[in-house]
Amino acid sequence: MSALYIMIFTSLLVALGFLGAFIWSVRKGHYDDDYTPSVRILLDDNPPGDTDIKP
Amino acid sequence: MDAIQLPAEPVQQHLCYHCGEECRDEIIHLDAHEFCCDGCSLVYDLLKENDLCSYYNIDGAQGISPDKSYFKGKYDYLDLPDVAEKLLEFTDGKLSRVNWLVPKMHCSSCIWLLEQMHRLNPAIRSSVVNFPEKKVRITYDAQKISLSELASLLTQVGYEPYISLNDLENKQLSKWNRNRLYKIGISGFAFGNIMMLSFPEYFHLGETTSDRELGTLFSLLNIALALPVFFYCASDFFKSAWAALRGRYLNIDAPIALALLSVMLTSLYQIISQTGPGYLDSLAGAVFFMLIGRYFQDKTYAGISFDRDYKSYFPVAVTVLNNGTEARKPVTELEKQDRILVRNEELIPADAVLLSARAMIDYSFVSGEAVPVERKKGDTIYAGGKQTGPAIELEVLRPVSQSYLTQLWNNDTFTREKEDQNQTLAAKINRYFSVIVMGIALVTFLIWLIKFHDPETAFRAFTTTLLVACPCALLLSSTFTNGNLLSLFGKNRFYPKNAHAIERLSHVDAVVFDKTGTITQSNEAEIQFIGRDLTENELVMVKMLAMQSSHPLSRMLVKKLAGIVASKRVLTDFSETGGAGMRALWGKREVKLGSATWVGASVYEELHSNASHVYVSIEDEICGYFAIKSKYRPELPETLSALQKAGFETYLLSGDKPTDQHMLTPLFGKESNLLFRQTPEEKLRFIENLQNSRKKNVLMVGDGLNDAGALRQSNVGLAVSDDINNFSPSCDAIVEGSQLALLPAYIRLARSGQRIIRTSFAISLIYNIAGLSFAVFGKLSPVIAAILMPVSTITIVAFTTVASNVAARKWIKN
Repeated sequence: MSALYIMIFTSLLVALGFLGAFIWSVRKGHYDDDYTPSVRILLDDNPPGDTDIKP
Repeated sequence: MDAIQLPAEPVQQHLCYHCGEECRDEIIHLDAHEFCCDGCSLVYDLLKENDLCSYYNIDGAQGISPDKSYFKGKYDYLDLPDVAEKLLEFTDGKLSRVNWLVPKMHCSSCIWLLEQMHRLNPAIRSSVVNFPEKKVRITYDAQKISLSELASLLTQVGYEPYISLNDLENKQLSKWNRNRLYKIGISGFAFGNIMMLSFPEYFHLGETTSDRELGTLFSLLNIALALPVFFYCASDFFKSAWAALRGRYLNIDAPIALALLSVMLTSLYQIISQTGPGYLDSLAGAVFFMLIGRYFQDKTYAGISFDRDYKSYFPVAVTVLNNGTEARKPVTELEKQDRILVRNEELIPADAVLLSARAMIDYSFVSGEAVPVERKKGDTIYAGGKQTGPAIELEVLRPVSQSYLTQLWNNDTFTREKEDQNQTLAAKINRYFSVIVMGIALVTFLIWLIKFHDPETAFRAFTTTLLVACPCALLLSSTFTNGNLLSLFGKNRFYPKNAHAIERLSHVDAVVFDKTGTITQSNEAEIQFIGRDLTENELVMVKMLAMQSSHPLSRMLVKKLAGIVASKRVLTDFSETGGAGMRALWGKREVKLGSATWVGASVYEELHSNASHVYVSIEDEICGYFAIKSKYRPELPETLSALQKAGFETYLLSGDKPTDQHMLTPLFGKESNLLFRQTPEEKLRFIENLQNSRKKNVLMVGDGLNDAGALRQSNVGLAVSDDINNFSPSCDAIVEGSQLALLPAYIRLARSGQRIIRTSFAISLIYNIAGLSFAVFGKLSPVIAAILMPVSTITIVAFTTVASNVAARKWIKN
């Protein structure tokens, strides 16, 4: 049964890892703004010199 | 005297390439594009120079015409060390960071341009937009660009930062939201793991001796996982319950806290005495679901501020004249006898004496008076008015905080909290509920103890009764209903401040309207020309003359005459006499525009009319006059009759003259329901009187600073705003002006919300009774508790979501 002890602690550790990742992402401001990144990813940041002006 | 039909809108519209507005006054051609003003073409120029023209290619791109009231040195005060210190988030002398509110950002191209600011000025290291909050966080090199230059740069491209006294006085750091997420994350983590570790117990797998050690380990792990849930995640419930108990009342969190406490103690007792596995999974689950419910309900509209007072309306700094030199000074530091300079469209921040010859003060936001008033040298001018026309000089009489207008905020209405937690529906039901549950638990306990002499079962039955009756499902019914209603209201451009506001809205039985800006449209006017028909040529003259003046009536005339193409022919010998009118020569013909006396007309008619009249005379012939009336919102009669049919009393409170009284009286019912010439203080008293002597729940609908007291005193203060990001006084809800017609529907939806909460209370009671019948017999096993709790939660959440969506569709048809 000792394998079970190891398994349980491993599973807890993995779960703790995910909890840690969640807390880290909140701390980094990941959830402060849930809208802007969805727009930002669709915007091109074309390099200077590229002037495509639509008439 | 017939009213002639003014020419219709032109067929071909000239739209500004930058801001997308119609070019009304002039058309500027640049690079084969058309622009409506110098400002727009300058922004285009600036963007083109920096290769930022893809701004115009992003879908839905519509630039913002830069603020016309900008002048050089407007932001100089930002470089004052104590102002800068309050605004900067971070600085080390080299790099600095500010987080500015930019109310004008509205589309994806705004995000793009604001995040490309570093291409306009290399001293800007990065700029990151938070669109829902309408904020941009700019990191810049403080040695290369000053804060004032940064603000000017933003203003130049049309994104004027909103810097208010509120920002200066307290920096808001909202770590609050993050803390909630931590708590939800941790309780969710604990809930999942405790449940997993409890599985053997659910199915009695751990009853052989070899597994007993494993069972003990699981129990210990469960305790370890439950401790942070109990002490950290659930701490808000305990704090709020404790605060309520000290205030000698029971709030909704009190029974929750009691249930959590008793479950925790029972579980600890069972585990330590090895009599059972405890109910730690239910505990963690309850906390997890309740936190999600609260998060959902309290998710507010970032970017809309409900708690603004006069401080955010007033400018941060004013121009002070000091021996002929101009300097910018924060208004909070204004002292008596300071001489200040107020430019066109600027606000007068303190009560002051006019030193210039004359001024036209627009008090529409403060008093509701629609037409600017003239003041002469030596007159006292109260704070809150806006100067229209050339810059004026003033001498300060009283510091800002003691001015006539700001005194209103000293009224104790502003210090009182509106939300009485005792009064919410959920809290009321819960009070009965907790008494009943406590009764059942006690009776169960005594029966087991006295009749069956079984103290252990008695104890277990007592605590499990509290556990299953845990009002979390009850709590969830109101949090999820209100949370869903908040977002449904928001979709229909009605923004309640919080769940309490929705609940109070459902109790409203009297509606009080303000006039100017609320039931009239602030930027629109009804203009009629009464007199002989004007020829096309004469209309061109009138428009050209009106274009010379910045008087609001002239601006409205120009707007109305949009269809008339302005001629290149120049007016000569133009002169304007303040408060009277203006004249100019059109070729050799003299054109006059102004008051009746200015053109020499008899005035008897004006006295009896409710409109402002602008007379036109050409070569001493009086052609007639433009009657300019404030325009009422077209949906007004419909809205009012819908409200009256539904049994609401309707009132009108106006700071304005009793114009249009005969027109408004039938709409509001009795004449006594209309009150004119009300000071802000009188408005507040009127509401108070309705509440106290007539026991009414009052909804106040207003827009300006003059309504601030009434909005605050009323049960629900609704601010009407044509642009929700502009200033609105402190209120419980904000509605877009165009949506005011839906007011009866909003109230009905709020009422439906209360019914939905009651129904879901009934549903969760069924679950509770089922659970209780197990509990009082001492037969509630952990597995039944573990099944019952999530199932009831899911039922409640599903029911409230579906029901509130159905109600919204029923009442608010698009």
